[in-house]
Amino acid sequence: MAVLLLAEVNDGELALDATAKAVSASKALGDVTVLAVGASAKAAGEAAAKIAGVSKVLVAEDALYGHRLAEPVSALIVSLAGDYSHIVAPATTDAKNIMPRVAALLDVMILTDVTAVVDADTFERPIYAGNAIQTVKSKDEKKVITFRTSTFDAAGDGGSASVADAATAEDPALSEWVEDSMAASDRPELTSAKIVVSGGRGVGSKDDFALIEGLADKLGAAVGASRAAVDSGYAPNDWQVGQTGKVVAPELYVAVGISGAIQHLAGMKDSKVIVAINKDEEAPIFQVADYGLVADLFEAVPALTEKL
Amino acid sequence: MKVLVPVKRVIDYNVKVRVKADGSGVDLANVKMSMNPFDEIAVEEAIRLKEAGKAEEVVVVSIGVKQAQETLRTALAMGADRAILVVAADDVHTDIEPLAVAKILKGVIDEEAPGLVIAGKQSIDNDMNATGQMLAALLGWSQATFANELDIDGDAAVVKREVDGGLQTIKVKMPAIVTADLRLNEPRYASLPNIMKAKKKPLDEKTADDYGVDVSPRLEIVKTSEPEARSAGEMVPDVDTLVAKLKEKGIV
Ligand SMILES: Cc1cc2nc3c(=O)[nH]c(=O)nc-3n(C[C@H](O)[C@H](O)[C@H](O)COP(=O)(O)OP(=O)(O)OC[C@H]3O[C@@H](n4cnc5c(N)ncnc54)[C@H](O)[C@@H]3O)c2cc1C
Ligand SMILES: Cc1cc2nc3c(=O)[nH]c(=O)nc-3n(C[C@H](O)[C@H](O)[C@H](O)COP(=O)(O)OP(=O)(O)OC[C@H]3O[C@@H](n4cnc5c(N)ncnc54)[C@H](O)[C@@H]3O)c2cc1C
Repeated sequence: MAVLLLAEVNDGELALDATAKAVSASKALGDVTVLAVGASAKAAGEAAAKIAGVSKVLVAEDALYGHRLAEPVSALIVSLAGDYSHIVAPATTDAKNIMPRVAALLDVMILTDVTAVVDADTFERPIYAGNAIQTVKSKDEKKVITFRTSTFDAAGDGGSASVADAATAEDPALSEWVEDSMAASDRPELTSAKIVVSGGRGVGSKDDFALIEGLADKLGAAVGASRAAVDSGYAPNDWQVGQTGKVVAPELYVAVGISGAIQHLAGMKDSKVIVAINKDEEAPIFQVADYGLVADLFEAVPALTEKL
Repeated sequence: MKVLVPVKRVIDYNVKVRVKADGSGVDLANVKMSMNPFDEIAVEEAIRLKEAGKAEEVVVVSIGVKQAQETLRTALAMGADRAILVVAADDVHTDIEPLAVAKILKGVIDEEAPGLVIAGKQSIDNDMNATGQMLAALLGWSQATFANELDIDGDAAVVKREVDGGLQTIKVKMPAIVTADLRLNEPRYASLPNIMKAKKKPLDEKTADDYGVDVSPRLEIVKTSEPEARSAGEMVPDVDTLVAKLKEKGIV
C-alpha cells in the first residue's frame, strides 16, 4: 500500500499544520509520498520533506498550477495515481474542490472529511452536521480521501524524505484565475489556532466586532464567527465556523453572542474548553459550554479583555 | 441558454437527527423533509439569470425516492420551468452516492444540453460536498465551486468563490458546473399563486435504468453511531470568576 498526499500549498508556502495532520492520519495506510503543487512549490516540497513519516516528496512546479485550479491539478493527480492505493489530502477548501474531481476521473467514490481510519478500507466520517458518525467500508480499489484536520495531531518534524520533480500533465484549459481578495492577518490561522474567539449576531454590527477582535488579540487567538454574523456582514466569509464553514478544535473556544445552533456546534464542539457569553440563559450554547456566563457582551467582553 | 439545477430532498435543517438504535442509520421515517438549503440558493440563482435575460429556461432535476416530487414542485413554485424526477430508490433510507448521482445527472445533461449547471455546494444530510465536482469530471467540464457571486460574460462564467483565505475569482469556460455557497443570494419564498401554478408545470418521471446507471453503492455502511455527547459544565457568576477558572485550568 502507498499513499499520495496532496500538500496544502498557498502562494508557494507549505501550510505545515494541515499537511502534517494529514500525514499523521495517513500513517496506517502505507508509505507516504507528498505531492507539492503550485506555480511555486519547490520550497513547500522541501518543507514537507522534513515532516516525520514522509518517505518521498514530488514537486510539480509550473505556471499551470498557479492558484491550484481544479481541472489541471486533478489531471496531474490522476496521471500519478497508478502507483498509489490511497490518494489523500487535508480537507481544506482547495482539496474539497479538487479531490472529488479526482475520484470521479478514477471512477471511485470520494470519502470526505474522514475523522478516523479504522483500517485500509474502513473509515469514520461525520454526517448530519456531526449528529451521527458513519463507519463506511470502501469497495473501490483506490481510495480518495480528505481528512478533517481538527481530529488528528500534526506529525512532528525530523523527516528527511527525498525530493523529486513530477512531470506536468496536460492542460485542460477550462478555467483561469482572475484575482484573490484575501485579507492579510497577523493572527493565527483559524483551523490551527490554540485559542479561537468567535462572535455571533449578538455582536450587532461590524464596528462592534472590534470587541471580539480585541479580546482575540489579547489572547493571541484567531477570530471566528457564526453564519449569521457573516451573512450580516459583521465578519468575512473565511471566519465562519460550522457545518458549512471551518471546523475547529482549539484548546479554548470563546463563543460570544452566539446562540449555539447545531450547524454552529458542528464546527466547534470538539474544542477542549468552551466558554460561552450570552445574555439569554436559555441559549443552547450553554449546553456544551464548560463555563457559561450570562451577561451583556458589551460589558463582559471589555471587562474580560482588560482582566486577562 | 438553458440552466439545469439538481435539487436534493433532505431532512429539514431544523429537525433533530436521531440515530437508529440498531446502528443501521439515521431515522428518516416521519420526519420533515425539505429542499437542501444550498439547492434553494442554486434554484434562486438560476431564476435570477432567467429574469436578467441571461437564461431562457430553468430545468430542475432530483434523483431519489418518488416523494422528491414535492421538492421539485417547490422549485417550480419558486420559478423553475420544468422538472425531471429520476426515481432511483424505493425507501427514503436508501440514499444514492454522489458518484451515481453524478452519472445519472450526466445522462440527463447529455439529453438536455444545458449551458450551465448550478448545484448546491453540499447537502446537509451526508455533507459530502462532492456531486458538482464529480459531475464536472465526468463531463470534462470546468467547475467553479463555493460560489459567492456569479456573472455570465459571453461564453464564460466569472465566479467569486468562498475559500479558506477569503475570496477567489476565477473565469471558467461554459458549459460549466457552479456550486452555490451560502452568500450567493437569499432565496425567495414561493407565493401561494405560484404554488398553484407549479402544479401544472411539466414534471417528467424517469428511472436510473433509463440512463443505464448502476446505482449500487461503493461504500458499505458498516454502522452509524451517536457522537460522544458533551455535557454542560458550570455557570459562572461574573467575569472575575471566569478569569480565575481559566487561569486555574492553565489555558490563559
Ligand atoms: C444550510 C445551513 C448551513 C449553515 N451553516 C452554518 C455554519 O456553518 N455555521 C454557523 O454558525 N451557522 C450555520 N447555519 C446557521 C445556523 O442555523 C444559525 O442560524 C446561526 O448559527 C445563528 O448564528 P448566531 O448564533 O450568531 O445568531 P442567533 O441565533 O441570532 O443568536 C444570537 C445570540 O446572541 C445573543 N445576544 C444578543 N445580544 C447579546 C448581548 N448584548 N450580549 C450577549 N448576548 C447577546 C442572543 O441571546 C442569541 O443567543 C447554517 C444554516 C443552514 C440552513
Ligand atoms: C448502502 C448505503 C446506504 C446508505 N444509507 C444511508 C442512510 O441510511 N442515510 C444516509 O444519510 N446516507 C446513506 N448513505 C450515504 C449516501 O449514499 C451518500 O453519501 C449521499 O447520497 C451523497 O452525499 P450528499 O448527498 O451529501 O452529496 P453532496 O455532494 O454533498 O451534494 C451536493 C449537491 O449535489 C446535488 N445532489 C446531490 N444528490 C442529489 C440528488 N439525489 N438529486 C439531485 N441532486 C443531488 C445537489 O445540488 C446537492 O446540493 C448510504 C450509502 C450506501 C452506500
